[in-house]
Amino acid sequence: MTGAADQMANEVAQRTTLLRICSEATDLELANALQALGDLPAMTEIRPPEVGLTMLRGRMGGDGPPFNLGEATVTRAAVRLGTGVTGMSYLLGRRPEAARTAARIDALGQLSAYRPLIDELLVQPVGNRLSSERLIERAEAASTKVDFFTLVRGEDQPP
Amino acid sequence: MYVAVKGGEKAIAAAHELLAKERRGDPAVPEISSAQISEQLSLGVDRVMSEGSLYDRELAALAIKQARGDLIEAIFLVRAYRTTLPRFGYSQPLDTSNMAVRRRISATFKDLPGGQILGPTFDYTHRLIDPSPSAALPSEPVTGLDPGPADPIPHVATLLRSDGLIEANADHDDSKPVGDLTREPLSFPASRDLRLQSLARGDEGFLLALGYSTQRGYARTHPFVGELRMGEVDVEIAPEELGFAVPLGRITLTECEMVNQFKGTAEHPPEFTRGYGLIFGQSERKAMAMALVDRSLRARELGEELKAPSQDEEFVLSHADNVQATGFVEHLKLPHYVDFQAELILLRQLRREHTEAMAQKDAGTSPAIEPKAAAE
Repeated sequence: MTGAADQMANEVAQRTTLLRICSEATDLELANALQALGDLPAMTEIRPPEVGLTMLRGRMGGDGPPFNLGEATVTRAAVRLGTGVTGMSYLLGRRPEAARTAARIDALGQLSAYRPLIDELLVQPVGNRLSSERLIERAEAASTKVDFFTLVRGEDQPP
Repeated sequence: MYVAVKGGEKAIAAAHELLAKERRGDPAVPEISSAQISEQLSLGVDRVMSEGSLYDRELAALAIKQARGDLIEAIFLVRAYRTTLPRFGYSQPLDTSNMAVRRRISATFKDLPGGQILGPTFDYTHRLIDPSPSAALPSEPVTGLDPGPADPIPHVATLLRSDGLIEANADHDDSKPVGDLTREPLSFPASRDLRLQSLARGDEGFLLALGYSTQRGYARTHPFVGELRMGEVDVEIAPEELGFAVPLGRITLTECEMVNQFKGTAEHPPEFTRGYGLIFGQSERKAMAMALVDRSLRARELGEELKAPSQDEEFVLSHADNVQATGFVEHLKLPHYVDFQAELILLRQLRREHTEAMAQKDAGTSPAIEPKAAAE
């Protein structure tokens, strides 16, 4: 029972990792990775790429009850493999081709035959690019961190 | 009153051609791309996203180009575009405590966990026009500086809260419905969720002026910038068909928490009160103005005397939207020929009556002016 629940949680975590990478990969990174996977099993498009809106929510005071902040454009797509496995994607922005590719990658990523290859071709390189970009961002921000020092007060100085 | 009038099609077509020519400007000057607008006029793009209430940088940049840099016109274009799209649902509430912070300052504490991070700011610049602003570009990217672990930076309000010095945010029960003014028109009194939604898409200039009015004494709230932070936040959505939340990408947000003067009751010891601002992109002026006005609009809830415009939610929320405002002001340009004819007829009649009354006065026959005439 617990074993099955653990396995479920693990599968969800694996899929979330891949979907996060897909959401931050460029169109080119996604297309190149899919092409590098070689021959692919047949897939049917159960939801052709569609652009729509998602209402983004904030929280009052940062941690209070939710409120509707404003919308964002989102593109979604879904595919199904012959085995019945479905893949889907939701990406910020208007990116039909990327959404279609990401949905295919999500479907293939659920197959043990493809996942290691996807990790190697997409998850690792995009993950590496993102971590080095984020490191630079953080270093840039850290360079503007204020070091306060207290000046010697006038009356404390020797006459 | 409007009456259908035909004609003018040729003039309109020619006016649009002339508009296109003006938009392009001198053909000897290279045309600007929307990518250049997005990258180099990024705060204008942020304003269009925030008041257009639609996070899409490319679209906002394109709208600015089409609108010749008229940001309210660009906001109008974005609002019109969004009505053409279906809604895929609501995101999980954005977690600003996990923001990848690029700027974070507090005016209430000098030393605080996470420090004062100035980030890309106009503050401390001399406001002197620089003929070549790109000359200040560093020749090499920042390297060799270890930024330390990417730990989340705690909110300042959390620190005050741990001592009980500031009011707690209402408990969040996420199963309760959240008001959405894009689905149902605003009615009054409006709850805080709807007020914040309205302020978030409201006109920056209007909110700035109202916030300023509170500082000048029209419903003073004694504000301090508890915290202002800007950076990137992950967006997640939990689609019904999936049953778990999936990441969609990251967006840039500016968040402001104002700490305002105390409130206490017989049961509660005095504590600081709060005003909140959250804005798409980098927009500190608007995030601060939003937080000031949010606090001011909580007057009724906090039992304060209602005496200033910034406390009047019907006044504030009915006039904050610049697309509505510009629509109603600019509609005055439309033909009002028949309306005006009616006014003309009325005015002529009033003038005729006035002339007749004057003539009677000169003849000394008007009883109304007799006593005064007698006194002279």
